Amino acid sequence: MSFYGLVDGTDASLKSYLGNLSGVDQVGAEARAAMLATRSIKTTSKRWAIDTAITMVDLTTLEGADTPGKVKALCTKAVRPDPTDPTVPSVGAVCVYNDMVEVARTHLDSIGGQHVPVAAVSTAFPSGRASMPVKIQDTQDAIDAGAAEIDMVIDRGAFLAGRYIDVFNEIAQIREVCGTKAHLKVIFETGELVTYDNVRKASFLAMAAGADFIKTSTGKVAPAATPPVVLVMLEAVRDFYEMTQVRIGVKPAGGIRNTKDAIKQLVLVNETVGPDWLNPKLFRIGASALLNDLLMQRMKMDDGYYNSPQYVTMD
Amino acid sequence: MTFEYAPAPESRAIVTIKQKYGHFIGGKFVAGGKHFPTINPATEELLSHIALGGKADVDAAVKAARKAYTSTWSKMSGKDRGKYLYRIARILQERAREFAVIETLDNGKPIRESRDTDIPLAAAHFFYHAGWADKLEYAGLGTTPKPLGVAGQIIPWNFPLLMLAWKVAPALAAGNTVVLKPAESTPLTALLFAEVCQQAELPAGVVNIVTGDGSTGALIVNHPGIDKIAFTGSTEVGKIIARAVASTNKSVTLELGGKAANIVFDDAPIDETVEGIVNGIFFNQGHVCCAGSRLLLQENVAEEVLHKLKNRMQKIRVGDPMDKNTDVGAINSKEQLKKIIELAAVGDSEGAERWSPECVLPSKGFWFAPTIFTGVTQAHRIAREEIFGPVLSVLTFRTPAEAIEKANNTPFGLSAGIWSEKGSRTLWASQQLRAGVIWANTFNKFDPTSPFGGYKESGWGREGGRHGLAAYLKGVSHE
Repeated sequence: MSFYGLVDGTDASLKSYLGNLSGVDQVGAEARAAMLATRSIKTTSKRWAIDTAITMVDLTTLEGADTPGKVKALCTKAVRPDPTDPTVPSVGAVCVYNDMVEVARTHLDSIGGQHVPVAAVSTAFPSGRASMPVKIQDTQDAIDAGAAEIDMVIDRGAFLAGRYIDVFNEIAQIREVCGTKAHLKVIFETGELVTYDNVRKASFLAMAAGADFIKTSTGKVAPAATPPVVLVMLEAVRDFYEMTQVRIGVKPAGGIRNTKDAIKQLVLVNETVGPDWLNPKLFRIGASALLNDLLMQRMKMDDGYYNSPQYVTMD
Repeated sequence: MTFEYAPAPESRAIVTIKQKYGHFIGGKFVAGGKHFPTINPATEELLSHIALGGKADVDAAVKAARKAYTSTWSKMSGKDRGKYLYRIARILQERAREFAVIETLDNGKPIRESRDTDIPLAAAHFFYHAGWADKLEYAGLGTTPKPLGVAGQIIPWNFPLLMLAWKVAPALAAGNTVVLKPAESTPLTALLFAEVCQQAELPAGVVNIVTGDGSTGALIVNHPGIDKIAFTGSTEVGKIIARAVASTNKSVTLELGGKAANIVFDDAPIDETVEGIVNGIFFNQGHVCCAGSRLLLQENVAEEVLHKLKNRMQKIRVGDPMDKNTDVGAINSKEQLKKIIELAAVGDSEGAERWSPECVLPSKGFWFAPTIFTGVTQAHRIAREEIFGPVLSVLTFRTPAEAIEKANNTPFGLSAGIWSEKGSRTLWASQQLRAGVIWANTFNKFDPTSPFGGYKESGWGREGGRHGLAAYLKGVSHE
């Protein structure tokens, strides 16, 4: 691995790379995110934003109670979110646990959803507390079952203890397992990293180690994808692009439940990294309830009034 | 794909602007003699005709203020004065949208700023001072502080209602009555405030508003029935006022110009610093006396900061102030635009390098694109004179000591900014800087509890906080 020539894989080079990052001022970052949240997105731009957001949704179910039936229903919804309106695009991906990947892939293929990738959460999601061989096997299993995207978690304990090189090596090893078969999304669990300085550091660490996407959260810990956290990650991605000419994607996940929140995320992207990132190749939103609100708002824009929630399918 | 924001205009249906206004004297609107037009600087649309206050008007206003002072306001308990101030504050909040729309129409500032900054802060000033009204004995200003009497207050056009609040709230809390003259180009929110005084049933004559131009202001300054002059505006006019009152008993506070240094050390949080630079100079079109108009960059990060600043400036949305997504609105007047254009031309001719993002400016109204000049030195006029527009002069420095020396090398001293992640450096720098307000890792943040005012030619006295109260009370030492 070349790590873009930024680090050579040693602890010393990683420390120097991370040590050169400028800090993040908490008050300033939160103020900037709050200001961007006041953008008023109406009429044609709202319609465009809703459709774009639908294509970015990683439609997710990550429950102990997931069954093949539940996962198949989710896949159907992912391909045709609104069965009464064929102009509604498919979502970005279906996101499931490792053992549900095969069910999801098979079902998607059988209903004309070949274009919808399956993402698998991996590396002992959500805590990341397992040995490296287990994490590697977990990832390999998912890829073998047809996952095109791997959402791995970092070892937050190692990160908070300052063992950045361990976090780096884990990401690099999972990157190798993914090879060219799967896109790698690296989850930080920003609610456990807590500070924006840590979020920025984790972003640069993951990008150098080979992440295709950096992702805020597992959805199991709050706070998750708050606007300032996403802002800091988008700034990191923008700076990394200037350094390497490589575009890394960003995936906020957790806590984005309605259209307003989703549009705020798109505004953050637009005014931080710019329009190049406004597509599902570089921006995804991990969510479950969000999709139905997007559909409700889309119907409202067409009809001029709010429909009963019963017009939107529950799964 | 690009994400174009469709127009999101704030509705003006909520406001009614009369064709013609008189003065507000003794609790009533009274007809004026001569009138002059006030326009919307973003469209040059005529908004209303405003009365030009003459000697008779100022005399009547001072008389009404004196009467209210003697018979009512100075005798009223602090608790009761506070009650009126709370009432005004609540009405300002209730009618916030009306005030925001009128402010934006008359001033040219973006609705986002009038809605989120000007009006909420104006209400906050009244709330804050309402709390002081019955606690003046405990403000550490002597055991029995007394009001001064009638205050003549002359305010600028950059934050019309907010500057009114800065002046009127402490004056009233301390027991004074006022004769206030709003700026010639932005009188409308002051006139709406007169309605609020009526709505709050404020005793007649406690607040009097006389509109007009510089000649009206001069009548107030020179009026023998006035005990205190409070002025916010240019250093040039401030000097005239200081001379005019020098031989009188009048107390004076002056809040004048600035040429603030915004100092960026190499350990600054760069992204937030860039935001702070933008807020420092492009907030309110740079029509801010404490604007961070001189950017001092440590040379080893200058290139990176400038690169990011230019990228950020390309995202600034210049245009219709009534659009909720506009960041930078119109220049307040033709005269101000002319001044900005002239000083920017001086920057060109003195060899500084001008840069602006690409932006399409509306064809009507008064507009100036956000602009930065690089390669500026202390010897450039654009590093010394207040431009009062969206124009930033960028200088560099090598060591902290050099930064301080350059920052202080100005006749002004209103504000300064320090950007560093190192607390000890920030504390050290803030002790060396000769400026009334110093922001650390932020800029252009205001709060009624915080005193505001200048060193050197940036003014006399403080407004806001406990220090600001002192400027409206007798028998207490002033700075």
